[in-house]
Amino acid sequence: MALESLIQLSLIILFLPLAGFLLLIFFGRRLPRQGDWLGTAMVSIAFAASLFILFTKLAVPESVSAGWTWATFGGIPGVGEVNIELGILIDNLSAIMLVVVLLISMLVHFFSMGYLKGDVRYSRYFAYLGLFTFSMLGIVLTHNLLMMYIFWELVGLSSYLLIGHWYEKKSASNAAMKAFIVNRIGDAGMFIGIMIIFVHFSTFSFDAIFGALSAGNLPFESQAWLTAAGILIFCGAIGKSAQFPLHVWLPDAMEGPTPVSALIHAATMVAAGVFMVARLFPLFTADALLVIAYIGAITALLAATIAITQYDIKKVLAWSTISQLGYMVMALGVGAYAAGFMHLVTHAAFKAGLFLGSGAVIFAMHAALHKQHDHDTDAQDIRNMGGLKSRMPVTYWTFLIFTLAISGIPLTSGFLSKDEILAGTLAFSTLNGHWLLPLIAFTVAGMTAFYMFRLLILTFHGKHARPERLPLVNEVPGVMGIPLMVLAALSLFVFYSFNPFGASSGWLFQALERPLSVVPDAVAPATWPVLYEAISRVHTLVMILSIVIAVAGLAFAWLVYQKKSFSADKMAAAMGPIYRGSKNKWYFDEMYEAVFVNGTLALTRISNWFDAHIIDGIVNGAGAVTLGVSRISGWIDNTFIDGLVNFLANFTGAIGMRLRKIQTGNIQTYVVFAVFGFLIITIVLLTL
Amino acid sequence: MVLPEWLAEPGLNHFLVVSAVLFSLGLLAVISRRNIIMVLMGIELILNSANLNFVAFSRYGLLSLDGHMIALFVIIIAAAEAAVALAIALNIYNQFGSVDVEQISELKE
Amino acid sequence: MDLFAVAFYVFAILIIGSAAIMVFSRNIVHSAFALMFTLAGVAVFYALLYAGFVAVTQLLVYVGGILVLILFGVMLTTRGYFEKVRTRTVNLVPSTIFAAIIGLMLIAVYVTTEWTLMPLEDGEVTLTGLGELLLTDFMLPFQVAGVLLLLCIIGAVLMAARTRHPHPPAGKSSQEGPGGPSYGEGTGRS
Repeated sequence: MALESLIQLSLIILFLPLAGFLLLIFFGRRLPRQGDWLGTAMVSIAFAASLFILFTKLAVPESVSAGWTWATFGGIPGVGEVNIELGILIDNLSAIMLVVVLLISMLVHFFSMGYLKGDVRYSRYFAYLGLFTFSMLGIVLTHNLLMMYIFWELVGLSSYLLIGHWYEKKSASNAAMKAFIVNRIGDAGMFIGIMIIFVHFSTFSFDAIFGALSAGNLPFESQAWLTAAGILIFCGAIGKSAQFPLHVWLPDAMEGPTPVSALIHAATMVAAGVFMVARLFPLFTADALLVIAYIGAITALLAATIAITQYDIKKVLAWSTISQLGYMVMALGVGAYAAGFMHLVTHAAFKAGLFLGSGAVIFAMHAALHKQHDHDTDAQDIRNMGGLKSRMPVTYWTFLIFTLAISGIPLTSGFLSKDEILAGTLAFSTLNGHWLLPLIAFTVAGMTAFYMFRLLILTFHGKHARPERLPLVNEVPGVMGIPLMVLAALSLFVFYSFNPFGASSGWLFQALERPLSVVPDAVAPATWPVLYEAISRVHTLVMILSIVIAVAGLAFAWLVYQKKSFSADKMAAAMGPIYRGSKNKWYFDEMYEAVFVNGTLALTRISNWFDAHIIDGIVNGAGAVTLGVSRISGWIDNTFIDGLVNFLANFTGAIGMRLRKIQTGNIQTYVVFAVFGFLIITIVLLTL
Repeated sequence: MVLPEWLAEPGLNHFLVVSAVLFSLGLLAVISRRNIIMVLMGIELILNSANLNFVAFSRYGLLSLDGHMIALFVIIIAAAEAAVALAIALNIYNQFGSVDVEQISELKE
Repeated sequence: MDLFAVAFYVFAILIIGSAAIMVFSRNIVHSAFALMFTLAGVAVFYALLYAGFVAVTQLLVYVGGILVLILFGVMLTTRGYFEKVRTRTVNLVPSTIFAAIIGLMLIAVYVTTEWTLMPLEDGEVTLTGLGELLLTDFMLPFQVAGVLLLLCIIGAVLMAARTRHPHPPAGKSSQEGPGGPSYGEGTGRS
């Protein structure tokens, strides 16, 4: 099979979900079953085709790309002709990402059939899922920055639409707006970064930009500009991947339907930022990468500390997603490129699984509460759960596998990728002494194991909060159970590497060829061979450490929540302010509220005060002065002003009375006026 | 009888003059007749006069076949416009019981 | 004075004369028929200008289509018999003067302008050229015109097919108006 035909196939894959979206949005309500099968079929076909692309692509080393000129601007002073291209690039990175996106999307489509059964906007929901899949595929397949930015915004839009799916709920529509606006802040930075690149190179194409950079052609002849461009473009990832300090939108986005959280806010969209950094990796200078690494580390630690104290099942998962995204970003930042991207892939599987599992729990809890006619109890609060293990075996066992995977227990996919990331950070610190990064990475690994097992134990083990409710909880239907099982299977190590203790020999790791940094050597980070040698030196140590830490976190959670050897409440009381801070998400929302929202309000109040006191004061002062002058002037001024005012009033009134007659309401009169105007213009033109 | 040359050989200007007369007659219908259908007919006259100009310029001037093309599109638009305008006229008739534009002065005040 | 000139003057008189009848006739049906002669005369002018296809289109669309539409419009918006179909003109004298000024201005502009003229060639068949243009340079306008016509059909049907509330007799009777049967579901004004 010729590689070029992959381009055509990828175009078909790209447009299938769009076709599904268009059909569903226009005809969805008239189709049988409201057309859910249509969207699902489109994505399933695309998934099959993407598997074909992956296997074809992995067999050959070179990548394929094709471009079409979209617009040509000729004769721009100092630049000449500028071509804006649209195009497709298929390399191993995009082929793998294609399969990940479509697989999760397909499973979420199936799961949603059960989860949203009977929803008011059922067909619209599937239409938006199609739109999202289309936009995400666009980001994955594109070969230039402009198209990536366009699809980036489309992803933001479809995320907005899906978070606000239940827009009757005030909190849902607020969350949708918050997500949209916070993302906009990051995207503005990204746009500026793209423009810095474009202004200098007059092209958006990755290949052309990397080529020019590797030839030593820096933007405006300065490394600082390149660093700035890199960090600004990374701002887009900060927004989309919910990195510190723009992470605040993601937990709120859990107001959307749970399958949406699995697809968008766990597996694919938030990974778009990570994907973008991986795609543009050659562009980043050492300084930019260091910033990226530290942002990732801060995010990972911050989110992990918050996740420990949350009680909403989806919120815990949301914060853990942010934490894991920080992990990936940190990995890319320290140069562990393949490890970071691999964690994206493995994380997509088990985090989508966790969300779908939590969706199943919520679904079952909801049904049980409904039977009890209990409308006050929160179906998402883990304090209201417990003991679900016996009632929901499929959900429990798959959830257990996902939890093991995210905690990094051996034999799971999460262990493979997390281990590589930890090795990468440690190796990085041995090279240039940034010891904070591995420290944070290991701490977060332990915390992850702890809070995930806390979630698992509180939800599935122990006694149910109200024993009489437990028999009412039933296992979810097959259409929801099967996606869970598929994802659980994909959370095992064999799919990624046949060696359960080393990812570097697996196909995935091998397929991700390290892109040579195109930044000239002077600003490049520790050159690759050195980093890889360091990684292999520390690998065994890291593996043992990571297993020990993960098991320690797990065991601690077991002791606290299962055995109740320590009281969680007493620990919380002992921690005092730290506990409260974590519980309240370190007051970020309140901070932003105080600084930005109230700042804007305060600014308006200040300008209002300025208007009321200074401006009005000037006016009043002027009035007083006038009054004084007029008093001094006595009767002369009085009569004069009166006369003038009366004259003006009468004059205006008289003109108004006459002008009023022009507005007859008769169209023909208006036509005459129009033609008369034309006549005057013609006469003026002729006489000039 | 020997006619002067400008009269004996009709050229571009002759067509233009006819078109100008058509235009002013159409304008007259639009501004003086009170029946909305008559106004519509006046508009058709104006469109025809413009069309005549296009075709005349494409014969005598630099417009070549593009003039014909534009004339064709004008005819298409005129057809569409007539259909919609008559539908509007019917609705006006149903609303006001009259098609006299002088009585239809809702825009006033 | 060749045949071309004769034809030109004959049809110029026909066009202008029937247009004048159209404008000044008090009977709207007479006006409509006069308009038919004007349009046919313009079609002949197109033929004189070697624009055969435009001439045929003019006949088909205007005389065949638009005129029939207008006649229907006349019938549907008037009560009683044709003999009574009298319409008023108002401000006739000032309007006429105004229109005459505009016309004279136009003529003055036309006559005084130095037009760039091309040497006259014998007319050729324009149909193939038009066809090619339509599918190349004018592709987009062509498609857009198609969409426009479709929209107009839908729009005209929607507007005309609402339930009629004939004005006299006033009241709430849902009796059908002069427009014939109603197709709407009573979505009209109430």
